[in-house]
Amino acid sequence: MVNLLEIRDLVVSYRTRSAPVRAVDGVSLSVAPGEIVAVVGESGSGKSTTAHAVVRLLAGNAQIESGSIQFEGADLAHVPERSLRTVRGARIGLVPQDPAVSLNPVKRIGEQVAEVLRLHGLADRRNAALKAVEILDRAGLPEPEGRARQYPHELSGGMRQRVLIAIAIAADPRLIIADEPTSALDVTVQKVILDHLQHLVAQSGAAVLLVTHDLAVASDRADRIVVMSQGRIVETGPTAAVMNDPQHEYTKKLLASAPGLTLAAAPPAKATGKRLLEARDLVKEFPLPGAAPRRAVDGVSFHLDRGETLALVGESGSGKSTTGRLVLRLADVGSGTVTFDGADITRSRPPATRALRRRAQLIYQNPYASLDPRFTVAQAIEEPLRVFRIGDRASRGVTVRGLLDRVALPQTLLTRRPAELSGGQRQRVAIARALALSPDLVVCDEPVSALDVSVQAQVLELLVQLQEETGVAYLFISHDLAVVRQLAHRVAVMRHGRIVETGFTADLFTNPQHDYTRELLAAIPGRIISEGAPS
Amino acid sequence: MSELIAPVAPVLERPARMHDGRLRRTLSFFGHRPGLLVSVVVVFLVGVSAFAPDVFSSQDPTAGVPAENFRAPGAAHWFGTDSLGRDLFTRVVHGAQLSLRATLIAVAFAFVVGGTIGLVAGFVGRWVDDVLMRLVDVVLSIPTLFLSLAVVTALGYGTTKVAVAVGFANVAGFARVMRSEVLRVRLALYVEASRGIGARWWSVLGRHVLPNSIGPVLVLATLEFGTSILAVSSLSFLGYGAPPPAPEWGTLISDGRNYLANAWWLTTLPGLTIAATVLATNRIARALDGELRQW
Amino acid sequence: MPRYVIRRLVQAVGVLWAAYTLSFFILVLLPGDPVSAMAGAGADSAPVDPARLEALRHEYGFDQPVPLQYLNHLGHALIGDLGDSVATGRPVTQLITQALPQTLLLTASALTLAFVLGGGLALAATFSARPGVRQVLLSLPPLGVSVPTFWIGLMLVQFFSFRNQWFPAFGNDGLKGLVLPAVTLAVPTGAQIALVLAKSLITTLDEPYIGTARAKGAGRRHVHLRHALRNASLPALTVAGLLVGQLMANAVVIETVFSRNGLGRVTQSAVSTQDIPVVQGVVVYGALVFVVVNLLVDLVYPVLDPRIVLAPRRPVVAAV
Repeated sequence: MVNLLEIRDLVVSYRTRSAPVRAVDGVSLSVAPGEIVAVVGESGSGKSTTAHAVVRLLAGNAQIESGSIQFEGADLAHVPERSLRTVRGARIGLVPQDPAVSLNPVKRIGEQVAEVLRLHGLADRRNAALKAVEILDRAGLPEPEGRARQYPHELSGGMRQRVLIAIAIAADPRLIIADEPTSALDVTVQKVILDHLQHLVAQSGAAVLLVTHDLAVASDRADRIVVMSQGRIVETGPTAAVMNDPQHEYTKKLLASAPGLTLAAAPPAKATGKRLLEARDLVKEFPLPGAAPRRAVDGVSFHLDRGETLALVGESGSGKSTTGRLVLRLADVGSGTVTFDGADITRSRPPATRALRRRAQLIYQNPYASLDPRFTVAQAIEEPLRVFRIGDRASRGVTVRGLLDRVALPQTLLTRRPAELSGGQRQRVAIARALALSPDLVVCDEPVSALDVSVQAQVLELLVQLQEETGVAYLFISHDLAVVRQLAHRVAVMRHGRIVETGFTADLFTNPQHDYTRELLAAIPGRIISEGAPS
Repeated sequence: MSELIAPVAPVLERPARMHDGRLRRTLSFFGHRPGLLVSVVVVFLVGVSAFAPDVFSSQDPTAGVPAENFRAPGAAHWFGTDSLGRDLFTRVVHGAQLSLRATLIAVAFAFVVGGTIGLVAGFVGRWVDDVLMRLVDVVLSIPTLFLSLAVVTALGYGTTKVAVAVGFANVAGFARVMRSEVLRVRLALYVEASRGIGARWWSVLGRHVLPNSIGPVLVLATLEFGTSILAVSSLSFLGYGAPPPAPEWGTLISDGRNYLANAWWLTTLPGLTIAATVLATNRIARALDGELRQW
Repeated sequence: MPRYVIRRLVQAVGVLWAAYTLSFFILVLLPGDPVSAMAGAGADSAPVDPARLEALRHEYGFDQPVPLQYLNHLGHALIGDLGDSVATGRPVTQLITQALPQTLLLTASALTLAFVLGGGLALAATFSARPGVRQVLLSLPPLGVSVPTFWIGLMLVQFFSFRNQWFPAFGNDGLKGLVLPAVTLAVPTGAQIALVLAKSLITTLDEPYIGTARAKGAGRRHVHLRHALRNASLPALTVAGLLVGQLMANAVVIETVFSRNGLGRVTQSAVSTQDIPVVQGVVVYGALVFVVVNLLVDLVYPVLDPRIVLAPRRPVVAAV
């Protein structure tokens, strides 16, 4: 079979202040007509750069150094810009990464879809508008006539991604490049969109180059998988072969750390019986100008024992983060009560709140934003000790170094600033800071969702290990049921500000009671394979 | 809230800073930015003229040799001479003292008063913020030169008074930037994290909010320095500065106006001096804003 | 929509009142005795007859308590009476409205010129594919904002009036007399526009939706004009009020340079003679222009940016 796309020895480098950095270093891959090929890798692996190089839509400081990109008889790496324009949009469609910012905010939806047809002379002005509605309908956008007249900000993230898919398929291209098309979306939406995209290409016979960081997504969708690391392809092959019999060390590592693919046993229930935290009927409303207030948390009750991990799981806007902030008194409770270690802290006064701060800490999703850019690692970890005047300077230094050991960071990092650390290192620093005062409770707000999968696994492991050593209790907030399964003793599923189901982790996964829980479970990518595989 | 997978920027390992490397880094930094280097030199020279004018010219800026009037620029008189035979270069050098002092007073006034207003508004919030910012909005609605003219009308003429007038008109800008910076930092996660650790408010203010919000205000101060030179020279051009023999830069240009047809240097050269100084401070402000931060 | 307009109008009136109050207190409360200044008519400090001072004080109401003075003046201001000029005795409103047409003509032509030149420069600089051309074009605006406006005027006069006699150096004569002052005024304003717009265009061109447009197969010019420009002009629009304010202030200086009749002349002589009612009138007029321009911007903004749902917007300080 003749390949539709044939990339040979592609080298792309970025000019930086010091020396050019090779982001793509001799990549060769091919896509046959109608085939779905997934390029999988962690951030910085060069997967996105490879995909964008195909249509030469690279950042200003990036340059194709060598190699060829054969597509329908032309070498796209070397054709002039003018002939590239007849390929982009018409023969190759691109579905970009982040639907929130990938549509022109001041143009109507319909116009943006019709623009593709107009640019390639596939329709005149009137025709284009009508066809755009038709294409939006095909892309699965509800009420396409009405939506076509709206602006991007009036649409949800999932709908915007459908618009971007509509733009990509408008001219009926032979190849669709999808760059992390659903990473910014909620899991349930993710599944629906990917299902639809797969259905569309099956109909039209277009091929897809799917770029993703998520091996599970790739295994669900692709015919073939290409694994990239540090600008090179480390492994490539049919999906089943790569998933069941990985050859390269890196692929094995990725597979082992992908949460959706490993069926690690859920930790057994842990009931020490010593109640640490109890929330009862929590309600929190946010005032909206000129409208009824939005109820972010709507009657939430749960409890947490010492040394236990309770996971709060829900999609964006479910109120899980707000709940976490309420129990830490970082936001004022509307109504309901919070009891911490037997004391009612719902409306505690500053001295009592400060006492609470010493025993309850928070770890944020984005470790970069939660560390002061001007503080060194040592200063950041020392801050809680200094604030509570624990020990003198020398003894605090000893404690800080001990904490650094605990989170498995080398002492050489003490004088670095956050900008000089990797994402995983930053989150370890944040964990060390949270543990400095030996708290009884740590609220972890999506602590790993900004990290690469392999780093994710390490940080989760660290959290479990620290719990065993110190007996700290975690309130673990996450959108990802798969992540939660590895470390939560109990899980509470939240939706629209309410808890719809609470249960022991193993029970909830094998025997979900609520429809929404079932929907969430079904949306976890990679289930097909992991369930089929003998465990 | 978004579950966005933030693209983790690849952390380029920086070489450990070594002392012998610093000089070379400095040289290469300026080597790639000749404009910035020139700007630093210009500001340095202007600074020296302001504080020690005798380094450049030991002549008396007010004493002229009538016989040598209207000499074109040359080896004897770099900037030529004026109608009374005074050396223009000497006058420009000594004028730096007056003009720069006025500018410094103006910027310092605006920085201190505006910065304090912005800090209080941003950190205290609620009604204090509302009241202060409404006030700032009103001040902003009046063109700065008009505001300065009103203050000059009330206070009278003179270098210091002009300086205060210019500073007063710029208070609102500083208050705005300081407030928005304080708000940005105050809402930053690391400030909440510090609060979550149990830090008290003054510790949060001193250790996190102020150090992280002062940068853009300092950049504004540098930028405002250039703007203030222009404003001060405009007011002295209109004749509200120091009385006649004093060689303020604006006054020099105003004096030269009458001889546009026969002595071009009397207006052209002081104007170029002003432009060079302002251009240099603006270039340095831009460097402070972006390039130096990455350095 | 009408409710929004009414609310913005009320706000505008509020700002005007506050500007009036502020200027009143600056002029009346700051040290310096307005009456002796009036009687002495400026710089020379000859002793003035105390009886005459007293009479003046009474005539202008300065012997009354300050709050009463303020209410009295405000009451008059509400019906459009800003008092009489001390120097000439003529009503301030009349002085200003007579001087205004010349100044408005000058500022309007300068603004148009600034928009064309500044906008064109920003577009050309960001569109140019050659780094050399780009760098040269982008280095012009910082130059434009660093040069004293009055000096630009003098340089133009020197070259175009004295050396070449193409345009008149002074006066209000017709269109030819308008050219040099308008060009002078357009330089700093146009440079500001170019700075803001170029910066905004550069950041806009890095937005992901520009990538989407290019992936559709759109050419550079199409992307630049149809996608980037409209988005990029939004931040530039927010500084329009400030720019016009600055332009007016510069006009005061420039009218002096070119000896044109207009608001600048009125202002300059009022400051020299400490003619407080006139100075206050000019300040309030400046605020009026600012308020009107911002009102217009607020009404145009939602048309250009569909994300703005007619919410009140605070004027933005130039972030350049």
